[in-house]
Amino acid sequence: MGVGAAVALLGVLIGLYVAEWATSLPTPVAAVSAPASSGGTQLTLETVAAAGPKYSPSHPDWVSYLVRKDGKWLRSTIYTVPANSIVHVTIYQYDGDSGLRNPFLSQVQGTVGGTETVDGKTVNAINPEEASHTFVVPQLGVFVPLPGVAEEAKNQCEFAPCEGAAHRTISFSFKTGKKGRYRWQCFVPCAAGFIDGFGGPMQTMGYMDGYINVV
Amino acid sequence: MSAEAHPGTPEPNHARRFTTIWLIATVIATPLVILLLGPELPPGKASAEAAGQVTDNTVLLGMATPVLLLVLIYLAYAIIVFRQPKGAVLEGPAVRGDARLQTAWIVITSVLVLSLAAYGTVRLEEGNGAGSGNGPTPLTVPKGPKLPVQVIAQQWAFTYRYPTYGGVETTHLELPVNQMVELHITSIDVIHSFWAYQLGVKADANPGVDNVVFVKPTTEETFEVHCAELCGIWHGGMFDHGHVVSAGAFEAWIRQQEANFAPATKVLPPYAKTYSPEPTRRAE
Repeated sequence: MGVGAAVALLGVLIGLYVAEWATSLPTPVAAVSAPASSGGTQLTLETVAAAGPKYSPSHPDWVSYLVRKDGKWLRSTIYTVPANSIVHVTIYQYDGDSGLRNPFLSQVQGTVGGTETVDGKTVNAINPEEASHTFVVPQLGVFVPLPGVAEEAKNQCEFAPCEGAAHRTISFSFKTGKKGRYRWQCFVPCAAGFIDGFGGPMQTMGYMDGYINVV
Repeated sequence: MSAEAHPGTPEPNHARRFTTIWLIATVIATPLVILLLGPELPPGKASAEAAGQVTDNTVLLGMATPVLLLVLIYLAYAIIVFRQPKGAVLEGPAVRGDARLQTAWIVITSVLVLSLAAYGTVRLEEGNGAGSGNGPTPLTVPKGPKLPVQVIAQQWAFTYRYPTYGGVETTHLELPVNQMVELHITSIDVIHSFWAYQLGVKADANPGVDNVVFVKPTTEETFEVHCAELCGIWHGGMFDHGHVVSAGAFEAWIRQQEANFAPATKVLPPYAKTYSPEPTRRAE
């Protein structure tokens, strides 16, 4: 009797642990109101080559997206935006280039005007070999390639926080549709590597993929 | 058994009685299954190949029906007729081999399985390899013009390349009705599987392999596209809707794609049956 109860309790505890692990997600971060002149909401993100011990004690060397909330950077990849609205996104890209496995993704798709602005210059595509990451929401048809920091650039960021380090600034806007939860991901495997490139941070929520909650 | 339980009752000829019941049930059920259930079997009739698969599934079900009835009716017969009387604790008679029964069982099941193997082999080639892919060098190739379309799987999306339209690559799949299509299915990273359910296509997408599938859509409709090989966190997100449209609508659509994706087309590698993007090593 006692042994049976202990085994049952152990089973419940293991089940709870697995359920907690399987459902643990980063804290959602809501987009803030954009300036009245542009309307819509604003998301400010950055991509870093390594999240660092401050943002990711368990995996400090994992590549990651960070999001700005109340003037501080957080490691979350779940963003909340309003339905049927325009979302303005600014990404500070601190990672080096590694290239796209599929150059097709070098073209900007699904943004307002079909373009992005890279360091102040409006473009509809980038050199696929200069890509570092992508911000892609497949269900919304949004594909945005992010060029990397040149190899020879000085003051490269080793790990987050990266303020003041060499970076690229990318901005674009996209329209949200109906309410729902849409997954987003980066399409550049780590070091563009085959087989293992899509492991680790590429397949763990909170680093290189997440959700856009359209509410 | 019942004869021992009721010594005064003559034991009926169970074999004859069971066979009669089974034959009657089979004669009634098999045509019903073929005629009523057959047309509803997957994957539908959106393509010539899908319709062929419905026929094959119907043949399989038609042949399986008598076997299924044999098992179920025997089970029911045994439960009803050979039920042990309440309160009685009886030892059943010793079961000894029956050479005729065993021979019949082996012969009938062998004939069934071998005939299905022969049927499947013939149908596989008749149907141009069905929908599972024929590898890079199909044994049979349908005659007449074919529209080549490359399916490129990647973590986690399918893209499609039309080599006869300037090599344009698109994010959605659109096909013209009543046109034989030659799908070249490959992957640029891990193993995926391209599953266009209503078209009857479910073919592996392996890196470095050109898996050829022939399919002729026959109705203008929307079909589902899934990945059918667990390929990572967003495997379930590799979902989309494809469309079979009229020849004119397809022509307009593909021209629009050529215009829309001109910047990307300029930087794409020349069309090839497979792609091995650098680096091909494991990530550091």
